Amino acid sequence: MLQGWVIASASFAYLGVLFAIAYYGDKRADAGRSIIANPTIYALSLAVYCTTWTFYGSVGRAASTGIGFLPIYLGPTLMAGLWWFVMLKIIRISKANRITSIADFVASRYGKSQLLGGLVTVIAVVGIIPYISLQLKAISNSFTILLHYPEIVMPAKAVAQPLLQDSALYTALILAAFTILFGTRHLDATERHEGMVAAIAFESLVKLVAFLAVGVFVTFGIYNGFGDIFDRAEAVPRLKALMTVPDTGTSYGAWWSLTFLSMLSIMFLPRQFQISVVENVNERHLARAIWLFPLYLFLINIFVLPIAVGGLLHFPDGGVDADTFVLTLPMAERQEALALLVYIGGLSAGTGMVIVETIALSTMVCNDLVMPVLLRWKSLRLQEERDLSGLLLTIRRLAIAVILLLGYIYFRAAGDAYALVGIGLISFAAVAQFAPAIFGGIYWKGGTRSGAIAGLTAGFAVWAYTLLLPSFAKSGWLSLDFIKEGLFGITLLKPQQLFGLTGLDEISHSLFWSMLANIGCYVAVSLRTRPDVVETSQGTLFVDAFRQGEDAAGSRFWRGSAQVQDLLPLIGRFLGPERAREAFLAYARRRGLASIDALEANADLVHYAETLLAGAIGGASARVMVASVVKEEPLGLDEVMNILDEASQVRAYSRQLEQKSRELEAATAGLRAANERLKELDRMKDDFMSTVTHELRTPLTSIRAFSEILLEDPKTDLTDRRKFLAIIVKETERLTRLINQVLDMAKIESGNAEWHTADVDLQEIIEESVAATSSLFSDKRIGLDMSMAGGIPKVRADRDRLIQVMLNLLSNAVKFCEEDRGHVAVRLVRDGAFLRVDVEDNGPGIGEADQQFIFEKFRQVGDTMTAKPQGTGLGLPISRQIVEHFGGRLWVKSSLGKGATFSFALPLNREETGHQEESKEK
Amino acid sequence: MMKRSIITGQRLAAAFLLGFVLFNYPIISLVNKPGEVFGIPLLYLYIFGVWALLIGLMAWAIERRKD
Repeated sequence: MLQGWVIASASFAYLGVLFAIAYYGDKRADAGRSIIANPTIYALSLAVYCTTWTFYGSVGRAASTGIGFLPIYLGPTLMAGLWWFVMLKIIRISKANRITSIADFVASRYGKSQLLGGLVTVIAVVGIIPYISLQLKAISNSFTILLHYPEIVMPAKAVAQPLLQDSALYTALILAAFTILFGTRHLDATERHEGMVAAIAFESLVKLVAFLAVGVFVTFGIYNGFGDIFDRAEAVPRLKALMTVPDTGTSYGAWWSLTFLSMLSIMFLPRQFQISVVENVNERHLARAIWLFPLYLFLINIFVLPIAVGGLLHFPDGGVDADTFVLTLPMAERQEALALLVYIGGLSAGTGMVIVETIALSTMVCNDLVMPVLLRWKSLRLQEERDLSGLLLTIRRLAIAVILLLGYIYFRAAGDAYALVGIGLISFAAVAQFAPAIFGGIYWKGGTRSGAIAGLTAGFAVWAYTLLLPSFAKSGWLSLDFIKEGLFGITLLKPQQLFGLTGLDEISHSLFWSMLANIGCYVAVSLRTRPDVVETSQGTLFVDAFRQGEDAAGSRFWRGSAQVQDLLPLIGRFLGPERAREAFLAYARRRGLASIDALEANADLVHYAETLLAGAIGGASARVMVASVVKEEPLGLDEVMNILDEASQVRAYSRQLEQKSRELEAATAGLRAANERLKELDRMKDDFMSTVTHELRTPLTSIRAFSEILLEDPKTDLTDRRKFLAIIVKETERLTRLINQVLDMAKIESGNAEWHTADVDLQEIIEESVAATSSLFSDKRIGLDMSMAGGIPKVRADRDRLIQVMLNLLSNAVKFCEEDRGHVAVRLVRDGAFLRVDVEDNGPGIGEADQQFIFEKFRQVGDTMTAKPQGTGLGLPISRQIVEHFGGRLWVKSSLGKGATFSFALPLNREETGHQEESKEK
Repeated sequence: MMKRSIITGQRLAAAFLLGFVLFNYPIISLVNKPGEVFGIPLLYLYIFGVWALLIGLMAWAIERRKD
């Protein structure tokens, strides 16, 4: 038996633990050792998305619509994939501008507009308060149900209970106290609440554990696993239908719009914005959350359908509300401890949502609704008050209390009415209205304040008309005629079939029309209006957030004169004099100044002061307040444009510089390479000259030596004389040949050679060359084989030049063959589009390393310093030039000791390639 | 580092696109049928399978980045 006091003390004990965690978290934060500076804590705290609407309501939804409850969790999973770009940008912008709420964000973006901030606040409050009521209802219902343990009694309608016995009232009061204690402990310039975040992360863990526990119990304790539950469901037609989505356009449309809606909600619900942006300690934490948060959603949803099916099987008569299955199933099985754990899990889901949401809303209400009014209210003489920080805190505390009371009042009024039950998605649709202004604001510079106001107003109005008012009508607060007949009986104005649109469920219907109105007005009005100075500068700061430097670039847009002794007291009035002095001192130290007195009141300081103030009272009010103590010389729109142009010019210029320096580097590298090449060529030329002279000197020396002998010794006998003269003649021939080849080479290389191109028969050329060299072969007694394929077509080339190539190859082959044992083979074959000639010898062969050198001028294989050179060293280079001139190539295949095969190939279609070659030469 | 960060962002955005296609009509209508695989309803198994796949892809993209 669970006594009332047991449940109550368990609840208080749990809240006590939360207090302790929050207190510890705050202490650690004050000591500078944050316990929430951790990506896992950040991801867990994001799970404040899962409220009692998830904890109890998912099973309820699954029991009526089956698997159709899932898109609400698939959307956030998908959106997490885009956080890397979108959320990161919003976080960075918010940190740079000390933005403390979603209203502040929108107001700051559109020229620090108080009107816009107020509008966003109103939409958020109207959209969210019923959602808070839902949490109160869930907590008090679960309390009431558990109180009747082990009997399962559905709670009577809330209205039936006297006010003072209503557990929801106490829930609201206790939560208000908790939120006030930890949400407004002191006024922080960044509006962060570390202790609260730690408590929220803990709550996320508790509700996950509780839900998984009941899921495992139902699936494996009451039934025999997933298969068993689904098998039983299969047998009941109504349950079987839950396993699929009705195969209609409407249900796929609803599926899509729920996904889309929850994608926007995960970004723009005030509590999500508070946790993911305002309370973010370090933007790097976002990375892990991108997959950890979806994992959380995955885990908390696995057992939803099994619990729903289990509940429907267990309570077939429908006497038990499916929203309570999570609690009533353990109760029916007499699992006292588990039921208590579930109750605590539900409590944590509810309190987590209420705490964060009310803190977020109270900040908005205070900064964007109350303060702007109070500051304008001249008779209050607030301008003369010395310390307003106490007033700010009081406003926030009051706002928290009022919001929770409003939530309670709505709960009392609505009770079980449709207006409360369906509010989850209705709330989502309300905050979705922020999406165009925010996405447009961070990606489109053209969005203007008027556009944002028009879009938000239109979207909100359509939302209220198509969703909120019908929900009131269904609750019996308005005449149903308005839904059935349309406003004033005009059929086209039926709120759920606006302009006759049918075929959509009510959420998709409202989402479509409200988004159409919202985006349409936002874009159309933005395009029609010209932004003013502040809008232009803020728009640039927001859209280019990733391109701004570390120092806030906002000060670029301020010009005027100010005094430190005006600014400091102003900030002090809102943050408290102590904190203001500390902040200014910290600023001075960062600039390397010793004291506040040394500070110069320039644009940077004014901007710093304004940002500091924005953290406390919101961007729009901060601007008004700072403007009241400084003399700002308003910049013209042209000047702002100039600053922006300048900035973009500087950016463009630096890009150009980068580009130029890259080009310069490339050019330098090119020049270096060219220089290397020139040096190489120079070296080659020197080598060439010295080799040529060396080559010339060798025959000259021997000619001169023999001539001198003949001249000085007239008595030389005839045999010797003839011998000497023969040598002289041979050396002279060699000299002539050398000179001819050098000239030849030079001509070919410079392109001045004469070519007599005609159709030539390679077979004939080979035969002629072989005949011309036959004496060389017979002198050294070297064998010669010829094999020539028949029917070889002619090629276009210079006959004499080809003979020159053949002679060179043949004489080389002979030169390197041993006497008697040498053997040379000549082959002519057709090789594809080429004719190939091979000259193969069985000489010593050419090493791998030498193969590339032998085609260079004057390179001869072997040690040229000791051995007598066996040729001019120009034959092969010239041959290669000749072959290449006709579009062919000349190469060698060889390995040491295995002979060498020199081959050249000439293309068959001489017509075309020949022309190309010639045109190239010109 | 910036370049890597952009590559990670693109991988995540690709996961988003993949998920958006796999979780919506018309792909989902292909598995929106009565019937069971290993005793689990087809659609239920499909959605949780794709969901796990997406989380795995995102975790892979995030945790293997080096910045």
